[in-house]
Amino acid sequence: MATPQPERPLTRAELVAWARDLYDDLDFTSVRRWLSEHPGRKAGGYLPVYAPRELLHAAGFLPVGIHGGGDRLEIIRGDAFYQSYICHLPRSVIELAQSGRLDMLSAVLFPSTCDVIRNLSGMWKLLYPDVYVRYIDVPQVPDPAAAAHFWEGELRRLLHDLSEVSGHQPTDDDLRASIAVYNEMREVLRTLYRARQERPWDVPTEELYLLMRAGEVIPPEEFLDRARAYLAAVEAEPHRQRDNSRVVITGAFCEQPPLGLIKSIERAGCYIVDDDFLLGNRFLTREVSLDGDPLRALAEAFVHNELRTSVLYEGDARGKKRLMQQRVSEARADGIIFAAPSFCDPALLDQPMLRSGAEQAGIPCIAFKYSENSGQFQQFREQAGTFSDSIKLWGGA
Amino acid sequence: MSVALKDRSMLLQKEMIASHFARLEKAPENHEPVVYTFVPGNLVELIRSFGALPVLPEINALQSGMRKLSGDYIAEAERLGHSEDVCAYVKCDIGMLRSGNIGPSGTKLPKPDLLLLSYTGCYTFMKWFELLREEYDCPAVFFHVPYQGDGVLEPEHREYMLRQLREQVIPALERATGRAYDEEALRERLALAAEAEDHLVAVLQSAKHKPSPIDGYFGTVYYVGPIFSAFRGTPEGVEYYRALHEEIDERRAAGLGPVTPEGPLNEQRYRLVVEGPPSWTHFRDFWKMFADEGAVVVASTYTKVGGTYDFGFRHNPNDPLGTLADYCSGCYTNLNLPSRIDMLVRYIREYEADGFVINSVKSCNSFSAGQLMILREVEKRTGIPGAFIESDLVDPRYFSTANIKNRLESYFQMLQARREGQHA
Repeated sequence: MATPQPERPLTRAELVAWARDLYDDLDFTSVRRWLSEHPGRKAGGYLPVYAPRELLHAAGFLPVGIHGGGDRLEIIRGDAFYQSYICHLPRSVIELAQSGRLDMLSAVLFPSTCDVIRNLSGMWKLLYPDVYVRYIDVPQVPDPAAAAHFWEGELRRLLHDLSEVSGHQPTDDDLRASIAVYNEMREVLRTLYRARQERPWDVPTEELYLLMRAGEVIPPEEFLDRARAYLAAVEAEPHRQRDNSRVVITGAFCEQPPLGLIKSIERAGCYIVDDDFLLGNRFLTREVSLDGDPLRALAEAFVHNELRTSVLYEGDARGKKRLMQQRVSEARADGIIFAAPSFCDPALLDQPMLRSGAEQAGIPCIAFKYSENSGQFQQFREQAGTFSDSIKLWGGA
Repeated sequence: MSVALKDRSMLLQKEMIASHFARLEKAPENHEPVVYTFVPGNLVELIRSFGALPVLPEINALQSGMRKLSGDYIAEAERLGHSEDVCAYVKCDIGMLRSGNIGPSGTKLPKPDLLLLSYTGCYTFMKWFELLREEYDCPAVFFHVPYQGDGVLEPEHREYMLRQLREQVIPALERATGRAYDEEALRERLALAAEAEDHLVAVLQSAKHKPSPIDGYFGTVYYVGPIFSAFRGTPEGVEYYRALHEEIDERRAAGLGPVTPEGPLNEQRYRLVVEGPPSWTHFRDFWKMFADEGAVVVASTYTKVGGTYDFGFRHNPNDPLGTLADYCSGCYTNLNLPSRIDMLVRYIREYEADGFVINSVKSCNSFSAGQLMILREVEKRTGIPGAFIESDLVDPRYFSTANIKNRLESYFQMLQARREGQHA
């Protein structure tokens, strides 16, 4: 349902404050409110990175992104489930669940991001037998025909199961309507990313990130309204340009960095002009066709997608080496910050390939590891600040 | 008597492995194609049916660990920018490659003509072969084995694998070897595989006897070596497993236990089930910690990463590609967590175990993520307490002898106290 139109346009500050409240709310109050306002409807969660939200939406669920507790959650029960050498995200997700904060979810989808999230799907089955759990095994094989056939079958099975949970069997038109909404959502996100790339001083990443986090817990239709309002507010309230360096951040597609880390990088003199935060919301790079069978269309969109990421097999032998060069060029960036969560297999195993490609192309790089609950940002600020200064002093040499 | 038979199987294995690595070294000059692949979901019968030689990087890495070479290889990889947080097998392999690519037997490993990325139960495999593809600049083919998220092989997943085998894997092998697919040759190899698997299962299940004639973990990692690597579907493999089977039968009939690094373990105080891979860098020390306490392992899950034959699966020559799909899907790390728990519980009951130990290795999230929950669930369902220890596959920095020994000693004391309490 669309948000009632306010009497006057919302200001940037109001929009950011609204998004921050949603980001801070680890009790998912907005989701619970939505459920109470929509009797009989369900909420369905998904973990990073890619889950077909369109299917949750079409089956009548409120899709809810589960991104852990960041630095705002004390881990009491979660540590009892994980050894110290496993990343932080699953323990905070378990903490959220074990403390009852996710008890409004009737379904949870676990994408094939890595073995930790994969195994969490089995844990969820044991811990919450009344919740529908599905491991989302995306096609990895580079042959598009086999991949599309497999993925279409997976989507069909998932939709069938979700419909049984929600009690709502969507028609093809319902599916197309959901696909259209998410097409719009991705288009708005691309617009926001383009705006930030062109005028990063006007679209600070801290604000963009909060807006995107809000989009993980509200209906996509509401997000569209808010995102467009934010774009209007950016035009109405421009910021002053600073002499900052332009950087691409990569490696943060699953466990999210604390907001303080993003702020620290920006305040250290770096404009973030491309990133992979919350990558699942713009995973599909092209519009999904509204013609023909909608599930086939979704499958084709995935298989013919242009996104290159650590969670998918790279079929091109030169692909990893070229990737960062291409991203830097498209974003007109000066350098790269490899920011990976500690113990993150996808990001850290990819890093040597990505970094050597970037360095061979003469692109300045730095790397650090974080955890979603990192509390001290001084070292990040100093590292990013030195990096920015060195770029300004010596350029890309 | 048993010594002579034991010697025969050990000698056979030693000869087989030495001859395989010697053949690998000469593969370039003999124009024998070489295919790299992984242990879980390995398609070795198919590879061999094309006249190609398999190389399994995990086996090389674990052998490097046992020979105390892995620490230097890992350091080399970390100098090259590989994170200390990631799988030590990968770093060991990259480090070995950058250090001259001398394999565990001291012979040079050939470059692959094809990387057959059987994506079975381990995310890291994908990155590992992406990395190797950069190092070797060679072709790669991806074989996606869907995970058993719901605890079963779904028919459409089997179809997906069959399609990949027909349309991707076989054509890639044809290109790499210059030979056409020969289904008859594959069937013959699958029949040999099934024969060897029968013998292996008999060996594994001999641990149901008391005393157990085998160690189902430390000893069995040697036993599964040929079938997990290059010798499934070969006459040498069948010969080895037949000899081993005879040897174990004889040992069982004589009421003898396994031979540990400290000698025969005939007085068995504790029967254990183990989950997780061994620590290869301290393999003998680790085994000794068990043997010194009279603990024999009667079953383990690690010895099923290359196939879960003891639950009935056999390669089926009458359905050559279908059976490869079934095999891959059923490898241990491709099973979901509830299935893994079921397996452990079944082992504890069927093998009448007194306890179970989880060796949680830092390198392997496929194994390790969720093991604390496995511990609690298995304890809950069996009423038997478990021990949880932490180490690594081949990174010697993560094996703390004193800590692990203390923990195991305390665990055995607890099992003893529990036993005395039950009999009081």
